[in-house]
Amino acid sequence: MSRLVDDEALSNQVVDGKVRLQVKDLGLCLSGSGEDVVSDVSFSVSAGEVLGLVGESGSGKTTLALALLGYTKRGIDIVRGEILLDGANLLGMSPAELRSNRGRRVAYVPQDPAMALNPALRIGTQLREAMQVHKDFTGDVGERLAEIIADTRLANEGDLLQRYPHQLSGGQQQRVGLAMAFACRPGLIVLDEPTTGLDVTTQRHVLTTVRELCSSYGVAAVYVSHDLAVVRGLVSTVAVMYAGRVIELGPTQAVFNQPTHPYTRGLLAAVPSLDRAEVLRGITGQPPRPGRRPKGCSFAARCPLALPVCGEEEPVPTLVGGRLVRCFRAGEERVDLNEKKVVAPAQEPHESAPMLAVRTLNASYGSSQVLFDVNLNVGRAACLAVVGESGSGKTTLARCLVGLNSNWSGEIKFNGEELVAGCRNRPKNLLRKVQYIFQNPYSALNPRKTIGQIIGQPLEQIPDLLYSERSQRVVQVLEDVSLGADFMSRLPDQLSGGERQRVAIARALVVDPELLVCDEVTSSLDVSAQAIIVELLRKLQVERGLGMVFITHNLALVRSIAQSVVVLNQGHIVEAGDVDKVLSHPTDPYTSRLMADAPRLNQPI
Amino acid sequence: MNVDYHLSRTRESSLLARVGRQQWLLVLRRAARTRRGMFGLIIMLFIALIAALGPLFAPHSSTSFVTSSFSAPSAAYPFGGDDLGRDVLSRVLDGGWVLLLMAIGATAFGVIFGAAVGVSAAYLRGRIDGVLMRAVDIILAFPQLVFALLLVSIIGPKLWLIVLAVGFSHIPAVARVLRSASLDVSERDYVKYAEMQGFSRVGVMFKEILPNLISPLMVETGLRLTYSIVVMAGLEFLGFGQPPPAPNWGSMISENQIGLSANPWAVIVPALLIALLTIGTNTYTDAVARVALGVERKPEEAVLLENVAVGESTGSL
Repeated sequence: MSRLVDDEALSNQVVDGKVRLQVKDLGLCLSGSGEDVVSDVSFSVSAGEVLGLVGESGSGKTTLALALLGYTKRGIDIVRGEILLDGANLLGMSPAELRSNRGRRVAYVPQDPAMALNPALRIGTQLREAMQVHKDFTGDVGERLAEIIADTRLANEGDLLQRYPHQLSGGQQQRVGLAMAFACRPGLIVLDEPTTGLDVTTQRHVLTTVRELCSSYGVAAVYVSHDLAVVRGLVSTVAVMYAGRVIELGPTQAVFNQPTHPYTRGLLAAVPSLDRAEVLRGITGQPPRPGRRPKGCSFAARCPLALPVCGEEEPVPTLVGGRLVRCFRAGEERVDLNEKKVVAPAQEPHESAPMLAVRTLNASYGSSQVLFDVNLNVGRAACLAVVGESGSGKTTLARCLVGLNSNWSGEIKFNGEELVAGCRNRPKNLLRKVQYIFQNPYSALNPRKTIGQIIGQPLEQIPDLLYSERSQRVVQVLEDVSLGADFMSRLPDQLSGGERQRVAIARALVVDPELLVCDEVTSSLDVSAQAIIVELLRKLQVERGLGMVFITHNLALVRSIAQSVVVLNQGHIVEAGDVDKVLSHPTDPYTSRLMADAPRLNQPI
Repeated sequence: MNVDYHLSRTRESSLLARVGRQQWLLVLRRAARTRRGMFGLIIMLFIALIAALGPLFAPHSSTSFVTSSFSAPSAAYPFGGDDLGRDVLSRVLDGGWVLLLMAIGATAFGVIFGAAVGVSAAYLRGRIDGVLMRAVDIILAFPQLVFALLLVSIIGPKLWLIVLAVGFSHIPAVARVLRSASLDVSERDYVKYAEMQGFSRVGVMFKEILPNLISPLMVETGLRLTYSIVVMAGLEFLGFGQPPPAPNWGSMISENQIGLSANPWAVIVPALLIALLTIGTNTYTDAVARVALGVERKPEEAVLLENVAVGESTGSL
């Protein structure tokens, strides 16, 4: 049914430079039980090439990336395979050899440079150390230092080498991380989501630097990310991981333009677009955990195209249209999955009096003022998006609305009623009308309570509500967020991030609110879970006539969910209006810059 | 520390859901299954059993003079006689329960009030935090035994007073541990959410914060129980406590130390019982602490198994 190919065939096809990194049949298992975590991974990366490793959390991409350095987290062992860097097998080295190779021939750029840099040492000391620790480093450390500083575009930062990590901005810190990694001119660099915490503009600049460095140093780079748009713009080859296996591997262009594996197609269908309003489709269900992987194809249970054979046998990589795909149906004619992104129906604008009206809001966090003269309106059954980069004051705005920040002046009116500062001063029925959904679903649910108790909790504040009625309402909202009554007895620990966020939404809905304040509710979720949450919120907005304040830094999401938008910059609203008008024809330079710098699925960086 | 262990833990977590709020029982049970915990628990229960059921098995009255003073052990009097010719075995069997009850009472008092102080200081913050914690610092300035002695010598050797004094002297330690544990919990979003629903401060503390403090509470309770036993026995040894002729392990040591060469058993047996009781309690508490720590803090591979977002940066787990 399918043509078997080894990885050589693919390398010949997509790679024209000199192969630096070659991974052959790599497998990692949990020590002890021997359950496989990552298996059957083969690929190669040539000099100057960047390979993108994408997948949802738990897919094994970070585990694989670390294994490329010959490193595993506690409890995981490399059991099979070879990692050849310029012909030398990293896995055959003694711990001492491996140690001298790390930093020298293989290097790592961590996700959060603030955590990776030593806060007590000056930047210069740390950069010099990165070179001096290797006895075989030849050349003048000072000279090389100046060189790498120039290469990572830190040369104009003045006395940078004299400063401490906390005196640097996030972008500068990440550049220092890059400088450390490239300092010894390694053959392989693994970058683990290095721009996740950065604003779009900084992210764009750092990514440009990454690409320049990789090609000018002729390094083989592996870029791990869950952000498909970033990967699209940066890498030449992409490997999509699912349940510890590479399920699609090929040139970026081909994979993104014509995804073949149903999982890749699902992932791409979940990514919101910056340019038009689209219905987002998440992949339902959860990826199987290590040790619970089913027989046959791991994706079969969630796959819309699954055949009986998918549950029986594991598909082998097949070469289809220039990329390797692990799917029995890869060679067949493309089946329409209806992922054709329908333009979301535009809501009728409601011309009635606004439900929420904010006038000349000035708010402070601690002693510094973060919001200046903010005015905004939210209509009934309308969604207002508040966008801005970190530090723009958008979370403070949310906290003023829901009463968690009392340090403000101005006027907030809800249905004509004044909302006073501080939730303790507001009447309980008003508290119920305005519900807040937190950014981090891992901290929003009490780990010691069952889901039923958590959702039932706000009902305790309603007098004269019968117990039976209470549990009825809990079951009802669980259905509304498509979780089902059997979640009642579970604990938050047993739920995925997306499920937790749905529980948080259910908890908000159970008291029949009129306004939902959603603070970056999808920022800690995978793209597929994000799509499910966004669609759920949109559905609720229409069905229940909910007003919504949707706070986000992701401009593309704004397209999919909101009708109007305000753009916050340093606490000032710089632009406000219809989503389509503001995002398509921004008038403020700040908005234009945000739009220009945001990574897009259809355009290289 | 292999992964089998963690795997079994994740399997157990479905059991956890059914057990629901009784999670603390699970921790106690799991601690009892470790080698250290089993060792401690067996010793602890054995001595506690002697103290509790001993009076029923005492062959003689513990206060009547049945043999000669400091007589050597014999068939009728296995541990010989004490300073006044009373049966040492009967006095040992009869002399533990008051000590144990007083220790438990003092521990309960100290943990309840210490927890109340610690949790309210952490949650309410501000001036209340300052006042409570400075008050705690003042109590802390007195050594525990000296503080109890001070109170007893002012008001007189009443048993309830000793219990209160020892319990009171536990407050600082408990309050400090629970304050730092609740500082972290108080900042969680679910606490904020409860506030936003209009729950009272006391309600938030009881329903949201306290259930998350079970582990430190259990560990503190065990530790304070150990200290209570030692301090109670020490007070008895110094002569503050049950008035003679009532038997008590602590006072028996001081009463019989002059006859150490004639009948050492009259000192060794009560001393050994006190030592074993504290060792047992402490060892089991230690096991509980280890298990509780493992429950609260997930090792990396457990996180991997449970498929928690890798990119999650808040570290709330």
